[in-house]
Amino acid sequence: MSAPRRPLPGWAEIVMLPLVNIAMAFLVVGIIVAIIGVDSVQALKLLVAGALGSSESIGYTLYYATNFIFTGLAVAVAFHAGLFNIGGEGQAYIGGLGCGLAVLALDRWLPAPLMIPLAILASAAFGAAWAAIPAWMQAWRGSHVVITTIMFNFVASALMVYLMVNVLIAPGSMTPQSRGFAASAALPSMQAALQWFGIAVAQSALNLSLVLALLCCAGVWVFLWHTPWGYALRTMGQNPEAAVYAGTSIKRMTMLAMCLSGALAGGVAVNELLGVHHRLVLDFPAGYGFTGIAVALMGRGHPLGIVLAALLFGALQQGGAELSFEIPKITREMVVVIQGLVILFSGALVHLPRPWLQALFARKA
Amino acid sequence: MQELTPDAAIELRGIDKSFGSVHAVRGVSLRIAKGLITGLVGENGAGKSTLMNVLYGLYRADAGEILVDGEPVDMASPGDAIGHGIGMVHQHFMLVDDFTVLENLILGAEGGLLLAGGLAAARAELARLAREYGLAVDADARVADLSVGEQQRVEILKVLMRGARILILDEPSAVLTPQETDRLLDILKSLRDRGVTVVLITHKLREVMAATDRVIVMRRGEVVADKPTAETDAEELAELMVGRKVRLDLDKAPPRRGEVMLAARHLSLTDARRVRLLDDVSLEVRAGEIVGVAGVAGNGQTELLQVLAGIRPPGGGSIEVCGRKIDADHPVDPAEMRVLGLAHVPEDRLRQGMVPAFLASETSILGYQDRAPFCRHYLLDGPAVSRHCAQLMERFDVRPRSPGLRSSRFSGGNQQKLILAREMAREPKVLLVGQPTRGVDIGAIEFIRRELVKSRDAGCAVLVVSVELDEILALADRILVMFDGRIVGEVAARDADERKLGLMMAGAKPALGGVEGAA
Repeated sequence: MSAPRRPLPGWAEIVMLPLVNIAMAFLVVGIIVAIIGVDSVQALKLLVAGALGSSESIGYTLYYATNFIFTGLAVAVAFHAGLFNIGGEGQAYIGGLGCGLAVLALDRWLPAPLMIPLAILASAAFGAAWAAIPAWMQAWRGSHVVITTIMFNFVASALMVYLMVNVLIAPGSMTPQSRGFAASAALPSMQAALQWFGIAVAQSALNLSLVLALLCCAGVWVFLWHTPWGYALRTMGQNPEAAVYAGTSIKRMTMLAMCLSGALAGGVAVNELLGVHHRLVLDFPAGYGFTGIAVALMGRGHPLGIVLAALLFGALQQGGAELSFEIPKITREMVVVIQGLVILFSGALVHLPRPWLQALFARKA
Repeated sequence: MQELTPDAAIELRGIDKSFGSVHAVRGVSLRIAKGLITGLVGENGAGKSTLMNVLYGLYRADAGEILVDGEPVDMASPGDAIGHGIGMVHQHFMLVDDFTVLENLILGAEGGLLLAGGLAAARAELARLAREYGLAVDADARVADLSVGEQQRVEILKVLMRGARILILDEPSAVLTPQETDRLLDILKSLRDRGVTVVLITHKLREVMAATDRVIVMRRGEVVADKPTAETDAEELAELMVGRKVRLDLDKAPPRRGEVMLAARHLSLTDARRVRLLDDVSLEVRAGEIVGVAGVAGNGQTELLQVLAGIRPPGGGSIEVCGRKIDADHPVDPAEMRVLGLAHVPEDRLRQGMVPAFLASETSILGYQDRAPFCRHYLLDGPAVSRHCAQLMERFDVRPRSPGLRSSRFSGGNQQKLILAREMAREPKVLLVGQPTRGVDIGAIEFIRRELVKSRDAGCAVLVVSVELDEILALADRILVMFDGRIVGEVAARDADERKLGLMMAGAKPALGGVEGAA
């Protein structure tokens, strides 16, 4: 009764609003591309073809989307608890450290059915531990997670450079990377996995991590909406006083939410290290942690929305790479601008078109 | 409506306003007589606030027209309303605590780059208003240091300084003691005597009877009565508001007291800045009685409830719940309190008692979410939760009976009934209730009070904290009065009256008739 305007129907809120946001972003992108002297229709065609044009490009799009699902879920879980975890980047990175340590220590002895689950657990555990420190500092010392998780990204980065250069570097190597993992620690590529079922697809970076990511989506959905802990977590996010009233410990719930969030961010390490690089390398999170914020926002914190948003950002990442390859005038930086505009319109300006849509619906009604 | 009323300061013709499927105001036409105090009464959701917000330019009407002094006007924004001499005093004060009265008064009308000019002009204007209306306030006092009643006077002055000739007050007495309310009503009368038109939105019929000249009753978006106050009485108004006979006085049997189920002994609490919030509070509640805690808001009742409910650990002293002793070294959280048999209906239902964004079914298990039958094998059983909610709604007449509707979409009264239902469902041994009927319509008030008495008769120890004196008087078997973190007196309900309690609430006569006065 207090809202002066009629709210949008649910489907319009979930489907139309994001589509309008994306359309507006692409409109602005088109204008910018035209200004630097490139045919924007041609550029759009190349972008779409680069992302979805072939079995291989679809594979890469899905591979990028896998990372975005993990980081998007990570941000969403914390966000449902009212916590803004900006540290997905660092948690993924340290998750990679856990993954690398587990594999480097055990891959000579353990077979794949033991090694891979163990490496996945190590990624999650280290990611969770890296998120647990800022969580603890907020819960018991009152320092805000937004600040501390950002700072922990830098700490993680510095720590990893130190470890890679001084400790974990493969003997005799000139580049700071570990020795290659044994075959028992390699997640099968999607191409190989689908071949078991007689389906032929082109080779790409896509691997079985996508399945793990989708399982995480289902797990997050069940946890948040169908368990008492998820219920308490959402209560805290919506209304901390009500959570206290209900007997939920804010401190413990903050720890739980952040640890889950960090563990999910650790999934990026699974996809990158076990699935693609097969060794511990520097800088593999490559901004996925930050883009996860936009993915979670655009996906409205719901696993299904996050999958859709991750697909969009995966397509942008892959299509953008192809685009800058085909049209030299559109540099890598230009692709980042395109992503940035999508984030701007679907994140910061997400409510901009709502009044127009409301007016549209009001007229129809 | 009536043609022979005096000149209309405001006339509304056929005002209609819908929010989605909710038809909040249905073709309302009315006249607000110039130079009189008009009471606008109705239950929550009757459309009175919506109507006034339309008049004040906050909402646009879907249809109808507004006439001020006989001229049709277009109210597109509060700026237009102010331009036409209409001012609104909101329920929640819009003052900057750290500013002086004068600084607050020039907010939004600073008068140039430097403040000095504006301040001087405001000081002169304030002096004139003080002379004309007898509205004296210390211009240089910090707002935070003023009493609530004085702060409200500053709000009224703010509106008058903008040249308002028509004053709308939205539930102005919600935060005042009875004495402060009387003073406010005197101020309104003196404003009227000097030609100001006053509209008083309220649900307290006592104020309507005491101060207004005319009264307009709204129900379900329509005006159902518009008559001189002298020609009606409180019972008739209550009946008009609800649409049926209402009986707020309770026929209670005398309490059959049992064992002490809840006790506080020398309870104290200080905040981080070492301000005393609770000071040597001792009380006992026995099974089968209702103990009322009266007091002006902010005198420690909130903290008392928090400590008793396990939300805050006691600083000093101890409490005893169903035989279990709890003190600073052995604190207990609210979940454990529920296990002990204590239930708590919190003072602020929107911030504590529920999550507005959750479904009603989710609200119906808040605090009980990890118990059977809601939680089985670590998973919430959605259908069981919905069934539970539907049962609660049936038993407590929560409308609409839709467990799948968002909690925020229910009216205040129905939200409160749902929370009460949730807390009473497990037949607690101790029931704490904060502000049982705050912002709740009359029909629901009647229901909630009866349920509380029923629960008492079933042997529950009930502690009711309320700032509404008539509520305490209606419900309690014994009354404790809190002032400044202490219990300053105890009165048996039959010896209590509003005046006596009001004086104790203001701290004027500590330990009046008191048994355990601490001062």
